[in-house]
Amino acid sequence: MKKLESSLKNMLLVLTGITVLSVAILAYFNELTKEPIAQANMKILNDALMSVVPGFDNNPVADSDTIYKMKGEVKTVDFIIYPAKKDGEWVGTAVQSVSLGFGGDMTVLVGFDSEGKIYDYSLLSHAETPGLGSKADVWFKKGEPGDIIGQNPGDKPLSVDKDGGEVNSITASTITTRAFLNAVNAAYKAYLTGEVEGVSGATESAIDSEITATENKE
Amino acid sequence: MEYLLIFISAIFVNNIVLSQFLGICPFLGVSKKVETALGMGAAVAFVLTIATIVTFLLQKFVLDAFGLGYLQTIAFILVIAGLVQMVEIILKKVSPSLYQALGVFLPLITTNCCILGVAILVIQKDFNLLTGVVYAFSTALGFALALVLFAGIREQMSLSNIPKGMQGTPIALITAGLLAMAFMGFSGIV
Amino acid sequence: MNNLKVLMNGIIKENPIFVLLLGMCPTLGTTSSAMNGLGMGLATLFVLVCSNVVISLVKNIIPDAVRIPSYIVIIASFVTLLQMAMQAYVPALYSTLGLFIPLIVVNCIVLGRAESFAAKNTPLSSLFDGLGMGLGFTLALTLLGSVRELLGTGKIFEIVVFPEHYGMLLFVLAPGAFIALGYLIAIINKFKKA
Repeated sequence: MKKLESSLKNMLLVLTGITVLSVAILAYFNELTKEPIAQANMKILNDALMSVVPGFDNNPVADSDTIYKMKGEVKTVDFIIYPAKKDGEWVGTAVQSVSLGFGGDMTVLVGFDSEGKIYDYSLLSHAETPGLGSKADVWFKKGEPGDIIGQNPGDKPLSVDKDGGEVNSITASTITTRAFLNAVNAAYKAYLTGEVEGVSGATESAIDSEITATENKE
Repeated sequence: MEYLLIFISAIFVNNIVLSQFLGICPFLGVSKKVETALGMGAAVAFVLTIATIVTFLLQKFVLDAFGLGYLQTIAFILVIAGLVQMVEIILKKVSPSLYQALGVFLPLITTNCCILGVAILVIQKDFNLLTGVVYAFSTALGFALALVLFAGIREQMSLSNIPKGMQGTPIALITAGLLAMAFMGFSGIV
Repeated sequence: MNNLKVLMNGIIKENPIFVLLLGMCPTLGTTSSAMNGLGMGLATLFVLVCSNVVISLVKNIIPDAVRIPSYIVIIASFVTLLQMAMQAYVPALYSTLGLFIPLIVVNCIVLGRAESFAAKNTPLSSLFDGLGMGLGFTLALTLLGSVRELLGTGKIFEIVVFPEHYGMLLFVLAPGAFIALGYLIAIINKFKKA
């Protein structure tokens, strides 16, 4: 077969043809994978929730509250509060909280039981140094050197040993530790507002896309 | 203040070449002389800033508006490829002297992954147009800085006696590693 | 026989990383562990094989002057397909590799093979060329990832070889990527000359 000539007509036809075909295939594939992608994202969040609060049977994502700040036109999410209930009774709350770590924003999901004690936590995303600050994903768990499980930030805000507190700092990563504890303390404050005021004026129901995702799943 | 933070972070702390690993090919390829390194740095700064503005507008007013987010990769790369060609043509007409300085580097830029990388990062990090431009420009400055420093070291190195197996790419990579180590000292200042 | 030669050519004689020195960005950026290196290598392998085959199938209906843009569209489509599939089925790996998945589009190997091999050969041998180059790339990335993971944390593929506190953390961080690759290429140069 001979090569097509590079006339203007041929060039336009071929380029348009290839682009239209590619876009059509991608659009089809996008529809196909939309559902699995939404489900995969939901699963990550649900697994994290499951691990940080005591056993629940409601859907914390559907009941969640988002606390955000308006900065000009940009909306920055400060906290997302996920209440966990079992048989209609409130058993604990997971709070998603952000803090500035060593390498960038660090997002933590902290679970509190009904008394305000830390039940467990999960590091959702971070940009800490691998091998140093990144150890925060297990450092503060039960039985680890920086164990914070079972403590109540309401009695006394958590702080790192270097600042006169009681939590052991991650080796060579005081800034990460400080940022992590700040996130936990802030999450506790958000937990209190969620508990005391219920849905306050500053809160808004979960983002639309999340609700749709949940509905699709059911 | 916010802009200053973005500026310093993009140049020193999260240097595009030495800590994000984008744009390694030109970093190793055109860094034998300080002069060419400067030319490449300037060309990247120029294209990167324009490309970020265009892809940002494209994302906000076309892709997001019509729910076509999944076409991001394909749309961005076509726009960047077209843009580089256009810049080349316009520069040739409008400013022949600038074209002479940057011209040879322009075709190399389409395949420089730091252009597409930064365009996508600006969208991912949720910057607005102004912060995005500041970020893109400072990133390009960081690229130029790394490139010029590296070229300076390589100029010196060409005078020294290097073991046979290490000549060429291996010693260049190890030098880059030492440079990256120096830049690690900046981490945590922002 | 001939196809086998094409296949081996990509893996050994013209290994994209160690010999041709193409596609350095993902090589350095994603090899902090053996697993990540392997994942990135396989992702690139997929795009390379698909784009090579498709391009060699359609090469005759594409006029020369619009060759490069057409190739870029085809490659970018496959990259987007890969992005969607990874997000849906391996979200954890997708989030670790992050930005480097869309950046496969500008990986010099993919466009380079399309232009220098697929545009001139039959679909079948293009398939083998894609496989060979992709495997060579995967092999190089996995090797570099293993070396960095071993020196940095004392593990390979998460399997403990020696206790972590003897590891040199530097190798997991950015400078270690450059230094480890530099030494690997030096060793391979040495063997080639011998």
